[in-house]
Amino acid sequence: MVERTPILNFFTHLILFAGFVFCVAPFVIVAIAASHNLKDVNDVPMSLLPGSDFWVNIKTAWTTADLGPKLLNSFIMAFGVAAGKVIISALTAFSIVYFRYPGRMLIFWLIFITLMLPLEVRIVPTYAVVANVLEPYQTIMNLTGLSWLIEKISGVQVQLSLGLLNSYSGLILPLIATATGTFLYRQFFLTVPDELTEAARMDGAGALRFFVDILLPLSRNNMAALGTIMFLWAWNQYLWPLLITTDQSHAMAVTELKQLIPNVGGAPEWHIAMAGTLIIMLPPMMVVVLMQRWFVRGLIATEK
Amino acid sequence: MEKRVTFGRWTIGILFAVPQLILIFTFFYWPAGQAVYWSLTLQQPWGGGNIWVGLDNFRSILANADYWNSITASMIFAGISTGLAMVIALVLAALTDRQLAGSWLYRVVLIWPYGIAAPALALAFRFILAPEAGFMAVVNKVWPGFWDPGLDGADAMASVIIAFSWKYVGYNFIFFLAALQAIPRSLIEAAAMDGSGVIRRFWDIQFPLITPTIFFLLVINITESFQDSFGIVDIMTAGGPANATNLMVYKIYSDGFKGLDYSGAAAQSIILMLLIIALTIVQFRFIERRVHYR
Repeated sequence: MVERTPILNFFTHLILFAGFVFCVAPFVIVAIAASHNLKDVNDVPMSLLPGSDFWVNIKTAWTTADLGPKLLNSFIMAFGVAAGKVIISALTAFSIVYFRYPGRMLIFWLIFITLMLPLEVRIVPTYAVVANVLEPYQTIMNLTGLSWLIEKISGVQVQLSLGLLNSYSGLILPLIATATGTFLYRQFFLTVPDELTEAARMDGAGALRFFVDILLPLSRNNMAALGTIMFLWAWNQYLWPLLITTDQSHAMAVTELKQLIPNVGGAPEWHIAMAGTLIIMLPPMMVVVLMQRWFVRGLIATEK
Repeated sequence: MEKRVTFGRWTIGILFAVPQLILIFTFFYWPAGQAVYWSLTLQQPWGGGNIWVGLDNFRSILANADYWNSITASMIFAGISTGLAMVIALVLAALTDRQLAGSWLYRVVLIWPYGIAAPALALAFRFILAPEAGFMAVVNKVWPGFWDPGLDGADAMASVIIAFSWKYVGYNFIFFLAALQAIPRSLIEAAAMDGSGVIRRFWDIQFPLITPTIFFLLVINITESFQDSFGIVDIMTAGGPANATNLMVYKIYSDGFKGLDYSGAAAQSIILMLLIIALTIVQFRFIERRVHYR
């Protein structure tokens, strides 16, 4: 504030408050709707005073959509993606920054290009990779025609194809296969002073020792930021889990939302739908609120 | 930028990159290549491999009115929701940056919507904007038949846009605020000494200095409007009514997995990929410009 501008200040507060209401109102409406009974939630206009059925609705939504195991699945998947991303990106960035080997720039660009195409865009063939468990080697050989490539490809296919539909690895691995975190680490590693590396080498530390004992502890902030962002991103995935988990025992919380939409012609059970929405919204909200500092930092650093 | 001090054993170095390389090969390059292959071939109905059809898949898609309808819908969706989300966010960020009493509250709260899964907020908005319950019902009571996303395509599009913009206002806000706060205070103060008011300072100093952020967010918002819209569309409108909200990714999904037309879906994926690659290249050109700025 550099000058006194009472009128402008008044409008500033007014507009900001309107923005605040715009952001918070949907949360409040969901919470209030979740506390009504069937009749009250369908009243026009709906009463903004909370009703008394909150816990009943939460319980009904919980059992209707069987949210317990699904929330657990979501947690496993989100943790898996966050942890995998934090570890694998660190390894790759270390390789790219701290070593000189032929093809290093090629690897750099191969990874960099993955930033361009989100999973949603290449969803059909990625699904096929995960689904075609029994695709014989011969097909791949015929498709590629390059023998050295075939060895590489079929090796990968055999290991990864089996049982990836309806499995945690099928859910998690394709989501890890992007470059987001790698560049975050790379930027950070480049700022680590060379003297530190020299000192470590002089003391007899090898590459692995330097990575584990010096570089990783220094990257704690980056790890927290990246982990938070990736956890939220994975938790909020919808299209991929929808395709991969045909089996109810592996379904995610977010994909269960569809079961909660009131049927056309059935009773408009919006109170149950909103209670379910609230439950599913809550974990990412907690992460955002509790980890806000890391969240904002990760958001800006990964440009995710 | 390169490191001066490196480790000598480069075979170990490559090993560190191997996990990532295997992953991106299996789940990125292989599927991307597969998409190209499928888009140029046609799968036989009862097995028996693919036959080469060249660019026929693209021709039939581009001759399909439904596809053009989907492109138009995506463009309308991308244009309006990006515009809304960015303008609202910029206004809020510029005002928060004035750092009046209580501005910390907005810094904390305005980002919350971005943490919510698109389908969850879609269900919330489906209720809030429902024509028979919720809040638009009040409007419908006054003007019967004014609002019905289930029947009217424009209303459905409006609902999807509102839900998406709500999420991305918070995201844009964070970036705008960071950019505004990176502007040296002394610049603003010097301008104030010269007698320029708040609005003049915004247009002549702050706005030009944050143009790189604006371009960056423009690209990100448009790209996200292609991908992140899937959950919103699936929960709120399922592409309807009468394909009014059948956005590109949703159409790929429904053609590929419901219609089982892999070749058609692959050709659509390729077109979307090219579109996103073009956008990304535009973005990098502006990032280059940002480097020249400083």
